[in-house]
Amino acid sequence: MAYFFQQALNALQLGSIYALIALGYTMVYGILTMINFAHGDLFMVGAFFCFLLAVYLNLSFIPTLLLSMLGVAFLGVIIERMAYKPLRNAPRVSAIITALGVGLFLENFTLALSPYPKHIPALLTNTTWTVGSLSISSLQVIVILLSLILMLILDFVVQHTKAGMAMRAISWDKTIVPLMGVPVNKIISLTFAIGTGLGGAAGMMYGLAYPVIDPYMGIMVGWKAFISAVVGGIGNIRGAMIGGFILGGVEILVAAFFPSTYRDFVAFTLLLILLIFRPYGILGKPQPQKV
Amino acid sequence: MATVLSIYQALLKRWHTLTGHTFFWPSFMIAGLSFCVAINIYDFLDLYLQLILIYVGINIILTVSLNLINGYMGEFSVGHAGFMAVGAYLASLLTVHVFPVGASDFLFPLAILAGGLGAGLIGFLVAIPSFKTRGDYLAIVTLAFCMIVKSVLENIDAVGGPRGLLGMEKLTTLPWVFFWAALSVWVIRNLVYSNFGRGVLSIREDEIASDLMSVNTRQVKMIAFVVSSFFAGIAGGLFAHALQFINPRMFDIIKSTDILIMVYLGGIASISGSIVGAVIYTILLEILRPLGVWRMVFMPLMLVLLMIYRPHGILGLKEVRLFEPLRDLITEKRWRQKKKEAPDAAP
Repeated sequence: MAYFFQQALNALQLGSIYALIALGYTMVYGILTMINFAHGDLFMVGAFFCFLLAVYLNLSFIPTLLLSMLGVAFLGVIIERMAYKPLRNAPRVSAIITALGVGLFLENFTLALSPYPKHIPALLTNTTWTVGSLSISSLQVIVILLSLILMLILDFVVQHTKAGMAMRAISWDKTIVPLMGVPVNKIISLTFAIGTGLGGAAGMMYGLAYPVIDPYMGIMVGWKAFISAVVGGIGNIRGAMIGGFILGGVEILVAAFFPSTYRDFVAFTLLLILLIFRPYGILGKPQPQKV
Repeated sequence: MATVLSIYQALLKRWHTLTGHTFFWPSFMIAGLSFCVAINIYDFLDLYLQLILIYVGINIILTVSLNLINGYMGEFSVGHAGFMAVGAYLASLLTVHVFPVGASDFLFPLAILAGGLGAGLIGFLVAIPSFKTRGDYLAIVTLAFCMIVKSVLENIDAVGGPRGLLGMEKLTTLPWVFFWAALSVWVIRNLVYSNFGRGVLSIREDEIASDLMSVNTRQVKMIAFVVSSFFAGIAGGLFAHALQFINPRMFDIIKSTDILIMVYLGGIASISGSIVGAVIYTILLEILRPLGVWRMVFMPLMLVLLMIYRPHGILGLKEVRLFEPLRDLITEKRWRQKKKEAPDAAP
């Protein structure tokens, strides 16, 4: 039983990181109906910002977190302005390819600047509490709590503020909303800033939990977060959170009971089965097609 | 200036009459094949250049076959490397373990064909979810398939697991690559311009409408997926026997992204575009090799710029005259003639 709770805690930790990244995918999809494949690499850039700030500027935990979130959000907005905005009326696939290209660019640019894997220093003193036979590290608790807080803030912003209302309106109808005086460009940039900022925070937490970072770490984690977003129903913010925790849970449980090399296999097979029974994700609604 | 222009126009006209003849393609094929055989026998080309040409050929097969699904059918498949892996492993297992020693030279085409057929069978399975799901969700299905193939291969010890498989002889030669590339271009070009190809195009434009116009969308999707994955498997077999070493990590999502880039660089829904894209991408990567890591920084940047200024790719939705069916060209010629004779009567 203790083993189960131990693994459940690990699953919560991994799942919260997946959920934070999946939020970025799903927010951008909701507002632009475009898959931002560069998001996984922005997550990686977040981890590298954290490394730079912690090693060269000797900042402590909170400033590092805030600055790397800000840095990644800034990068996200720049990418949106320079690469995605000219393609807003282009065919959807060219936007997807552009996103893949931006992702490759970020990976290889980072690789060119730092060819070796980096080690993130421990920003927090890690204490381990033992409850019965269950051991809980403070790092795990912080990662889980921090991502829960970020998700609650996001949910509040989207549901209860004027900017959030504008975001929901744009995802509802893109042609009418600008006529109602909503500054579409500003709102889209804001969405990108929030989504990528959350990705940056996830990058930092991932770096603290699994301290060795390299330029290609964003690919696999990014695709898995994308799968979480789809499992929850892409475009649905609460769905992305649920999907992240489901995928994290499945991965950890598989690794706990099978050889860990089966992890990807079981996770993706489950995804396929879920898509067969609920083709629009858990919280997504099927959209009727019009001819 | 005027003379240059007139010479150019005369040459163009000569070129058009030349390519308009029915014997153009067969003679081009024979010339190309014999050139490749000559290179192979007399070895007058640098081995490095030969290897690059082999890669160009393999990439042409991959790009043209992916263009059938992503360009002509308008789906977004990201699992092409998975089909390639199936073909590569099947063909290599056959030549290394099954075929008698010494005979694999002659049985090599059979191994490649078996790899293609195996990949086609898997493509048949992947086509089933595509009946109901579309767009982003189909992208996920193909992505998941690619990951599943990779992790299954990593977990089978008989094929080397994550260490990979080696022991293949260098059986992929330039003539074989030329033959398979020409075959894939020929088959897919003929498919696209056939009745079936119109069905594929109609699925891209509007699936429900084409269903209502009595296109059997399930059958069309099925055939498109099977043909596309068949050729991906063949390319995989050739790739394995050119490199003489494969491991599961070669066929991950990065490889798929490479093929996608070639397709969209050359242009969607265009055979000539696919060839141009594969050639440019492969050769450019080799030319930029002195730049080291930085070439992989410039390539994506170029891709982004290309997408912003030419969203359909270099030859997107266009076709070089060479690849258009002769009867279409003849019809067009007659129509122009009629228009010249009676400008007002033509519609």
